[in-house]
Amino acid sequence: MRIRKFTIIIHMIAYLIALIWVLPFLGLFMTSIRDYSEIALGWWKFEKFNPTLDAYNAVWNILTGPPSMMVSLLNSFIISVPSTIIPIFVASLSAYSFARFSFKLRDMLFLTIVVLMSLPAQMVIMPIYFLMAEVGLLDTHLGLILLHSSFGLPWIILFLRNYFRTLPVEVEEAARIDGASDFRIYWQIVIPMSIPALASIAALQFNWVWNDFLFALIFLQTPEKKVATQLLPMLRGRYYVRWDYIAAASIITMIPPVLIFALLQKYYVKGIVTITKG
Amino acid sequence: MVKKASPPVFFYFLLPSLIMIGIFIIYPLIYTFCMSLFYWKGRTIVSFVGISNYLDVFGRNNIQEALVHNFLWIMIHVPLCTILGLFLALLLRNIRGSSIIKTVIFLAMVIPPVIGGILIRFIFDVDVGVVNAVLGAIGLVKPRTWTNLPDTALFSLIFGSVWLWTGFSMTIYAAGLEAIPKEFYEAAKIDGASDTKIIWHITLPLLKPATITVVVMNILYALKIFDIVYVATMGGPGSASTVLALEMYIEAFYNIPPNFGAAAVIAILIGLLTLVFTIFMRRMVK
Repeated sequence: MRIRKFTIIIHMIAYLIALIWVLPFLGLFMTSIRDYSEIALGWWKFEKFNPTLDAYNAVWNILTGPPSMMVSLLNSFIISVPSTIIPIFVASLSAYSFARFSFKLRDMLFLTIVVLMSLPAQMVIMPIYFLMAEVGLLDTHLGLILLHSSFGLPWIILFLRNYFRTLPVEVEEAARIDGASDFRIYWQIVIPMSIPALASIAALQFNWVWNDFLFALIFLQTPEKKVATQLLPMLRGRYYVRWDYIAAASIITMIPPVLIFALLQKYYVKGIVTITKG
Repeated sequence: MVKKASPPVFFYFLLPSLIMIGIFIIYPLIYTFCMSLFYWKGRTIVSFVGISNYLDVFGRNNIQEALVHNFLWIMIHVPLCTILGLFLALLLRNIRGSSIIKTVIFLAMVIPPVIGGILIRFIFDVDVGVVNAVLGAIGLVKPRTWTNLPDTALFSLIFGSVWLWTGFSMTIYAAGLEAIPKEFYEAAKIDGASDTKIIWHITLPLLKPATITVVVMNILYALKIFDIVYVATMGGPGSASTVLALEMYIEAFYNIPPNFGAAAVIAILIGLLTLVFTIFMRRMVK
């Protein structure tokens, strides 16, 4: 009997905690689908309840002033997709040579890259700003893509190098005896065997780029070029906070990362656990 | 015929990475150190001034405040996240529906930190905030926008950020728990150890690597904290909730004219603190 009581109490605590954690999200969602006059009374009150998509309509189109959510969401995709693909390709090449070749300075070079992984962005951001201004990449999507791609390299190299080392060398050696070139071995044997690792990396890198705020804030200035995370703080009304707009835009902005997490949850969590262990 | 010597394959494989890391990480890193030693007028260097930028920056009230705030952030955020994460990981082992609860708690880690900041501002708001509604119902305090008041702004942010990051510690601990072989528990049970004894003498010592990961990542996060503060309070009111990364942004990209020398000093300070804490934690492991 005592055991049963204990189990019930534990379950109640767990569900209560889950409720506390989900409450802000629930509030944000309720705020996004209700009229401003209803929100002011508290989103948890339901005497008057007329769900509406007005706020979504307002932020999706131009009603809140440029840029619209539609444009900034598109910009987020234009930046996040290449910023996921490029570093994975570039990093996997060098991760492969770190894992399978031995050459002078290899371990020192690798250690340097690992150390750079936890480098705060603040330490490099100003010279990059000057550099981009000089070559005309300031306020362009291309500039931001190159920056995100380069910043993703260290952790992806570390992740993939460790993964490649767990793959059996025998397959590659057999292919080499059959006369396959190094690039073919990498591209047709190593990469296909690494799909689970690549899925983890892609999910994390995409979300990190999508969620980025600091780089976008500094490097994108034209309203029409701005990304979704940049738009959110701009939605604050002039005289009072338009919580309905902010809530709707926030919900839209978090859909892609949440979707990726939901679909690739196993890989996502595995990636987080692996990469932070280093 | 002698074959012409060409660079080996690994060289071509490494080249793209090295070029990108060189241009976007190594070169700017060195440049930032140099920047801190010069007096800047806008984007042009006026003169070499040695360490006078450092003296100037460390003498300022807002920087000292920011430094204290970052440390407060570490002192509160790190233990709370660690203990809560461990507690949740242990608690959720035998709960029906635990995978859904874990997903919900981890969700706060998946969304953009900017939205995290918005949510913090949202739950502490005077009109629409759920915190005021709960505290008001108990009859504790008058409703207020907690993030707008000098006494509570920083702590609202820190507690909000604990809400955001607990999912991370919980996940790392849950993975750590899964890695502990069942035999350990069975052996202890046969020897007649109580549940609390098992947790204290078997589970916790074996979770040490997980704890180190959680603490290090939390410290690094607390030192770099920016998005949440920018969105929820912009460091205000006054400098009541400001942090180093925000001060650096303000010096370099917000103030007109910018003070790049001072911004470089703050950036280096953040970098050095990161380095010191990482090395310190690594030492603790050994």
